[in-house]
Amino acid sequence: MNRKDWWILLGASAALGAFPWLVLPFKAVSHYIDVMVFAGIFTVVALGLSMLMGYAGQISMAQAAFFGVGAYTSGILTSKFGWPPLAAVPMGMVLSGGVAWLVGIPALRLKGHYLAMATLGFGVIVHIVLSEEVEWTGGPSGLINIPSLRIGPWKVSSEISWYYLVWVIAFLCLVFCFHILHSRVGRALRAIHESEVAAESMGVPTARYKLQVFVLGAAFAALAGSLYAHYVQFLTPSSFNLMWSIRFVLMVMMGGMQSLWGALLGTILLTFVGNEWLHVFAEFEVLVYGAILLVVALFLPQGLVSLVKRHVS
Amino acid sequence: MVGSSLGTDFLQYAISGLTIGVIYALVAIGYNIIYNVTEIINFAQGEFVVLGALTAVFFVGSLHLPIYLAFLAAVVCTGCLGLLMERFVIRKARQASVLSLIIITIALSIMLKGTAMLCWGKDPYSLPSFSGGGPVMIGGAAVQPQAFWIIGVSALVVLGLTLFFHRSVYGKAMLACADNPNAARMVGIPVQQMVLLSFLLSAAIGAAAGVIITPISLMEYDRGALLGLKGFGAAILGGLGQFVGALAAGIILGLAESFCAGYLSSGYKDAVALVLLLLALFYKPEGLFGSGEAAKLKRF
Repeated sequence: MNRKDWWILLGASAALGAFPWLVLPFKAVSHYIDVMVFAGIFTVVALGLSMLMGYAGQISMAQAAFFGVGAYTSGILTSKFGWPPLAAVPMGMVLSGGVAWLVGIPALRLKGHYLAMATLGFGVIVHIVLSEEVEWTGGPSGLINIPSLRIGPWKVSSEISWYYLVWVIAFLCLVFCFHILHSRVGRALRAIHESEVAAESMGVPTARYKLQVFVLGAAFAALAGSLYAHYVQFLTPSSFNLMWSIRFVLMVMMGGMQSLWGALLGTILLTFVGNEWLHVFAEFEVLVYGAILLVVALFLPQGLVSLVKRHVS
Repeated sequence: MVGSSLGTDFLQYAISGLTIGVIYALVAIGYNIIYNVTEIINFAQGEFVVLGALTAVFFVGSLHLPIYLAFLAAVVCTGCLGLLMERFVIRKARQASVLSLIIITIALSIMLKGTAMLCWGKDPYSLPSFSGGGPVMIGGAAVQPQAFWIIGVSALVVLGLTLFFHRSVYGKAMLACADNPNAARMVGIPVQQMVLLSFLLSAAIGAAAGVIITPISLMEYDRGALLGLKGFGAAILGGLGQFVGALAAGIILGLAESFCAGYLSSGYKDAVALVLLLLALFYKPEGLFGSGEAAKLKRF
């Protein structure tokens, strides 16, 4: 991380740290804490996807599936087998990362449209499995009795404690991503994004790095999924369908693909759009998402962050 | 007795697999036409099928047109929609990166889906069969007369397109645009018009598929994504850009799905075509009938 990123991090932490104290006194907006817990969870997914899309230049339309693998692993292990949540969370990450590794080896040989279709197909298959394996997942009627998170003697139950926990995790993930980007791997990823052929001919093992980022993205999504499972304590397959994968892509694109801060910004904005402002127009939600996606892809391919950058310089 | 009923079941599954398979083939052909001219994969292809079917429902239900007129009207309307989509969105994005193009057609697909939900709601709709009469018995299996229409219309489309692309001036001009748009422009082919034509044709064929299948399997607003994915599976399996290959691959997918539903598990029937799609993409991206050499030249 360079000095500028540290300053933004400091500012963002201060703003997010103070946020509950600003909204809690007002009844009309006090539920924003709940919205922000979701935003923090989705940020973890978006960070992983941003690494993959913005830096390695590969698309994944299956992030909701990895999110689901993490959520259901956590949910099933804790509700049916009595695992402590803290052990179930890493298990979900390992499982999701393992699946991503197996799928990624053949899938990441594909590019562009083919890769998008392959990940799309994989995502739909996972969704079908979640709906059909009723004995394990509860099927469409849902998985219940998922306990809340417990860390040592601390049972995370209030919204406020969830808020701080989720955002601390999100920022740890963010710092982790920055460290990767400023390492040898990060430079290699950017080279792959510019031109895979050029990177390969300079001796960058492109296949290995692409796979590693794909697995990282899947593990992040699974971590977020586990948090989601323990926060909501109830899972249905519809939270992990194709539309959610599209939402995650939109979160990354809206803020700006080639900026981790953009992923953070886009996620918070879209979570508010989805959970809060579009609630009244539930019927129009899909249409609005499509329109935003279209406008961003056509006129603002570098996202909102590019507007800020243009303004500053 | 048991033997004969097993045979009947088999035939019944085979026939329903064949009818749904040619629908996947038509969706695949829609992908192929746009791909052949622009090298774009249009993720909204499945939505054309849904919109075609639902506009026909409107023409039959609200305007009381006879089904064959409704069929024509729905095909024309959806074709025009494809035309507008190219003219006002895709054309603006011709210089965009592949990633942006993917996002754009996905955005269009969810917008079409949202519009369909607003206009028709979430209920499934049916259409009258093209010709009356009860099911025909073939070897003990009951076949809906509509199945013959489906197979007939699909065969005509495949035949017509093969002739169009290999014999007619317009068809050849369209293929030239795919090979090398700049060279095509230099020999005087209006590339933009050809691209426009490809979206029109592709949307119209998708709509035709939607109208002919609806009397058998109903249609609702959110079927587009799955139909699109399965159709893409058929397009890849048959070798992207090839019409006869798409037909064969569509039928293979349809049969695999139907037998899975009949003999293994109906819940997983949708997964069969997708697993085949993934296997084809991973291990044989040039398709069963395409050449590996040619596949390496494709811009992906």
